[in-house]
Amino acid sequence: MILYRAALAAALVLVGAAPTMAQTGQAMAQTCYVCHGPGVKGAGQIVGLVGLPKDHLVRQMADFKADKRPGTIMNRIAKGYTDEQLALIAEYLAALKK
Amino acid sequence: MRTTRRRFLKSAAASGAAVSLLGAPAIAQGVAGKVVVVGGGFGGATAAKYLKLANAKLDVTLIERDDRYITCPFSNYVLGGFRKIEENVQTFDALTKLGVKVTKGEAAGIDAPGRLLRLSGGSRITYDKLVVSPGVELNYKGVPGYDESLAEKLPHAWKAGPQTTLLRSQLEAMPDGGTFIMVAPPNPFRCPPGPYERVSTIAWYFKNHKPKSKILILDAKDAFSKQSLFQGAWESEYPGMITWIAGKDGGKVESVDAASMTVKSGFGAEKGTVINVIPPQTAGRIAIDGGLTDDRGWCAVDPQTFASRKAEHVYVIGDASIAGAMPKSGTAANVQGKVAAAAIVAALDGKAATAPALLNICYSLVTPDYGISTTDVYQVTADRGIIATPNAGGVSPRAPTAMGERKLEAEYTRAWYQAITADTWG
Repeated sequence: MILYRAALAAALVLVGAAPTMAQTGQAMAQTCYVCHGPGVKGAGQIVGLVGLPKDHLVRQMADFKADKRPGTIMNRIAKGYTDEQLALIAEYLAALKK
Repeated sequence: MRTTRRRFLKSAAASGAAVSLLGAPAIAQGVAGKVVVVGGGFGGATAAKYLKLANAKLDVTLIERDDRYITCPFSNYVLGGFRKIEENVQTFDALTKLGVKVTKGEAAGIDAPGRLLRLSGGSRITYDKLVVSPGVELNYKGVPGYDESLAEKLPHAWKAGPQTTLLRSQLEAMPDGGTFIMVAPPNPFRCPPGPYERVSTIAWYFKNHKPKSKILILDAKDAFSKQSLFQGAWESEYPGMITWIAGKDGGKVESVDAASMTVKSGFGAEKGTVINVIPPQTAGRIAIDGGLTDDRGWCAVDPQTFASRKAEHVYVIGDASIAGAMPKSGTAANVQGKVAAAAIVAALDGKAATAPALLNICYSLVTPDYGISTTDVYQVTADRGIIATPNAGGVSPRAPTAMGERKLEAEYTRAWYQAITADTWG
């Protein structure tokens, strides 16, 4: 039992070097809903994103992140994500049905 | 032992499935569990909805003391006279349609080892997992001279509804040239930009209808959310109307006297025509009575899942939780509701939770056509809990460009409300 615990602890330390848990595209994408509406169908003057292809979404977010595309709040938000995270978000959103 | 047996029988009946006498009945054989959510605000309603969306088999009960929920966000526009309080009413119809058992009641106590929630009136409800999203409790006594009954004369309007319309009617009755005094709360409190947005929308009303009136903010704090944006906007939109006294300059209120309508602070004894007292706050009553709070009155949680540090199988979200760098906002509560829902679904399935996706956005209006925002994306760190992701987020630009950020963000403020209320209650 003690040996097992020691082995487990060692494994946890090793894993601890990298994040032990990843954010899923779904979890991150669902935070978009607070402004873009549930299922990113849009709300008022905030555009819907549903139906847009993944590559397009990735490019827009990359442009916001690099300040190549002007915006009000999206530039500030896009900078909070790695390129890998943005790809995961875009993949999830692109798969949503209208 | 009686409660254990009753709980078993109830769970078995609720799940309608064959259950074993061993282990937790509702979870056995991959059968969905029973989740109870306390509070139908931004946090609780979102949690209930996303639990059901993630696993339709879950037995989800939402305990809410009212038939409907009136949002605090956008209640400042009622005070400014450009919105009706009815427009802030959210119902639970869509949640009910989704299969959430919306139950009217007030949570009174938590028996964590017995996984039992007590309601005032004596009834009890069992759970496999409990989500507590009670918002804030106002500490009336935290302002000397103030108490709950005086809120009828000096409204707090920090919970939207009758208090909002009371303060609005006082503003309408106020003669031109009157003084509106706000007693602003110490940190931490619900909606950090809220007091300053409120002052802005009231100033908008004064400017258009009672232009000789003045506004005085007596603040316990030395700084506030979006401060330079607000103060810049006050200068341009309402020159000379608004005075803000920081805590260090005597703004911390020593006492209020309702009879003489006087507020005493280090700044002096000031008479107000209308006085808005926003008292200090703690986590909502059930969090305190349920033993979920620390000695300062807030709920420590695991930042990965929002599981309570005090009670097993209990999750605390929204204003009541201590969420590191995240503010006590409607957006934060919604996002945390999704995190707790995902963590609970994973736990009931015997799986590890995935990392939480945390974000906040707070829009404020200075006039109906002048919006400003603050936003952050967050990450969970081992040593510092929830922190804002560096080199991202922040507030609207101090100097707007030709694209017309203020007008655009005013439109996005309204769109945000539409989106988040649809995401939460729709």
